[in-house]
Amino acid sequence: MSKYEYIPEAKLVKGNHDFASITHLVTDVNLRRTPTMWYLLMLPANGLLLLLLGSIGYLFWEGTGIWGLTNPVGWGWAIINFVWWVGIGHAGTLISAILFLFRQDWRTAINRFAEAMTIFAVMCALIFPAIHVGRIWVIYWVFPIPNQMVMWPNFNSPLLWDVFAVSTYFTVSLLFWYVGLVPDLATLRDKATDKIRQIGYGLFSLGWNGSSRHWWNYEKAYMILAGLATPLVLSVHTIVSFDFAVSVIPGWHTTIFPPYFVAGAIFSGFAMVLTLMIITREVYGMKDIMTDDHMEKMNIIIMVTGSMVGFAYLMEFFIAWYSGVEYEKAIFILRATGPYAWAYWIMMGCNVISPQFFWSKKLRTNVKFTFFISIVVNIGMWFERFVITVSSLATDYLPSSWDYYSPTIWDVITYVGTFGLFGTMFLLFLRFLPMIAIAEIKAVMPQADPHNYDNNGKYIPPKEKIQSYVKIINSTDNISIEQDNEKITIQDEPKSKTLEPAFFVKPKNA
Amino acid sequence: MEQRNLYGILAEFDNPKELIDISKEVVELGYDKFDTYSPFPIHGIDKAMKLKKSKLGWIVLGHGILGFCGALAMMYFMSVIDYPLNIGGKPFFNVPAWVPVTFELTILLSAFGTVFGMFFLNGLPRFNHPLFNIERFKNSTDDKFFICIEASDSKFHTDIVLDLFKNAGASYIEEVYE
Repeated sequence: MSKYEYIPEAKLVKGNHDFASITHLVTDVNLRRTPTMWYLLMLPANGLLLLLLGSIGYLFWEGTGIWGLTNPVGWGWAIINFVWWVGIGHAGTLISAILFLFRQDWRTAINRFAEAMTIFAVMCALIFPAIHVGRIWVIYWVFPIPNQMVMWPNFNSPLLWDVFAVSTYFTVSLLFWYVGLVPDLATLRDKATDKIRQIGYGLFSLGWNGSSRHWWNYEKAYMILAGLATPLVLSVHTIVSFDFAVSVIPGWHTTIFPPYFVAGAIFSGFAMVLTLMIITREVYGMKDIMTDDHMEKMNIIIMVTGSMVGFAYLMEFFIAWYSGVEYEKAIFILRATGPYAWAYWIMMGCNVISPQFFWSKKLRTNVKFTFFISIVVNIGMWFERFVITVSSLATDYLPSSWDYYSPTIWDVITYVGTFGLFGTMFLLFLRFLPMIAIAEIKAVMPQADPHNYDNNGKYIPPKEKIQSYVKIINSTDNISIEQDNEKITIQDEPKSKTLEPAFFVKPKNA
Repeated sequence: MEQRNLYGILAEFDNPKELIDISKEVVELGYDKFDTYSPFPIHGIDKAMKLKKSKLGWIVLGHGILGFCGALAMMYFMSVIDYPLNIGGKPFFNVPAWVPVTFELTILLSAFGTVFGMFFLNGLPRFNHPLFNIERFKNSTDDKFFICIEASDSKFHTDIVLDLFKNAGASYIEEVYE
């Protein structure tokens, strides 16, 4: 007998659902009349979007002088917001690509949703470096296209790498999202009863008909895309961190930046997915698909990545001391005790302490507490970027040039405005596109497994919990010694343990 | 009805297991112009239908190589041949600094190859299809499983195919016209 016992996964779709009821549950959101609440939410979102456009318009008219940038702090809120939004945009591709490669079937409930969030977050992020250049009318100089100076971009510059990394990331995320959408758009096309939707969804579903020969290439494509997107998602925040790490500013010039930025990005991205998921599943009644088990698994990822970020903070401190470089040592002491100590301690509290609560099973399965922490985490991650960007610049090599940086109202308005863009896009997504990957969720339901029909073609659901397993053993008459052992060890286990999700096989008698 | 060409015979089944079973039978009988339709990819149907390995990997490889070489060639032309810029005394042909852009363009081109290659292999977009004339076929994207043997198959014979589907327990059978 093996030393380990296998605890089956918790059911991915709760409730008594079949394929048709899943189709109805998801597509009905897109096909029924627009709820009034949607319009009511669209109003503030559009208002903030207008605010964003207005503030960008004024920036173009007046120049970057309207922002709080000073000497020596030449990078302020715009860069902070860029890094923050790009970081949030990491969760979608992580869920759709990396969790796919690891065969984490629970991702199917949230991948569509998270990918949409990724695309909109990257849109918000892309605004900032673009408008930060000052002369927006020559923004095409960042691309390798001929210009009046007959010069080409500098391929040795991290800022140029960033252009390639973020735009590639946006394009590939969009392609990935669209490939996933095609079969579901076909479902919407077939479910729609009015001409406009039939034509609209029909056009974008490209005539998909669910042919197995098509699915065969499709699955291959999905696998390859996941394989391509995995190194891509890790490279994007690595390259964003190069913007800092390749410079010679104390506090920036460290080799720990790439892994630490990537962990932070996943940390904040998952928090944002949770914030949105908890609201959306409540409003649209999707709790059968986006279950508390999903929330718990995401909380564990938040806890792990949060601990990695916390470890990186400590390691930065240690290396600053260990390096013996005076400026490096000084900047880290100044971060914790200097003019921006308030921001530093907000960052530490939100990012290092708050995820540690999730060691407790009670807290990580509590919806309200998770919602609260998911917001705290993103506040913390914003302050992390603030601390990195501003404190290193404001108190750099020469104390005579030190200056305190404060944002202006335009910095704040532009940042708040991006929530308008994000909210508008997200509401449009919820209204017009299936928020759950219908085909993928069907494929992971027990009804989809041909082996569950092996008994004369009758559907027999698989065993989910160990308790039912015990019953079966008890009901058989001839119990061998091995089964006896099994019976005793299982009964020794407390009942609540069987409800835990199984990530690993766990040792018996532990 | 008579003036229209027969495209094939469509049968509907209720679960993926039945679809796999009928696919095996159809392959054994020697049909090769047939296809099955399901709302999601069914595990094991590729073996039942004896599908050949997808050629997509080769398309992606080609695009990846194009992206890799294209990126290096572009940067070499721009930074070494056309307008060399002396930046801090660094070499013009500065390979380590070119790694990020080369990597990103390789991924970008490979991703284009994957997506458009997949649609190309599937013959999509194609907005008209004889099966779309069948009202009931709309359930193929919802909860039903279909198989269609095409009339162009050399072994196709209406009565035999109808019998085959009836005996297999199809819940619905219809002749599809173009």
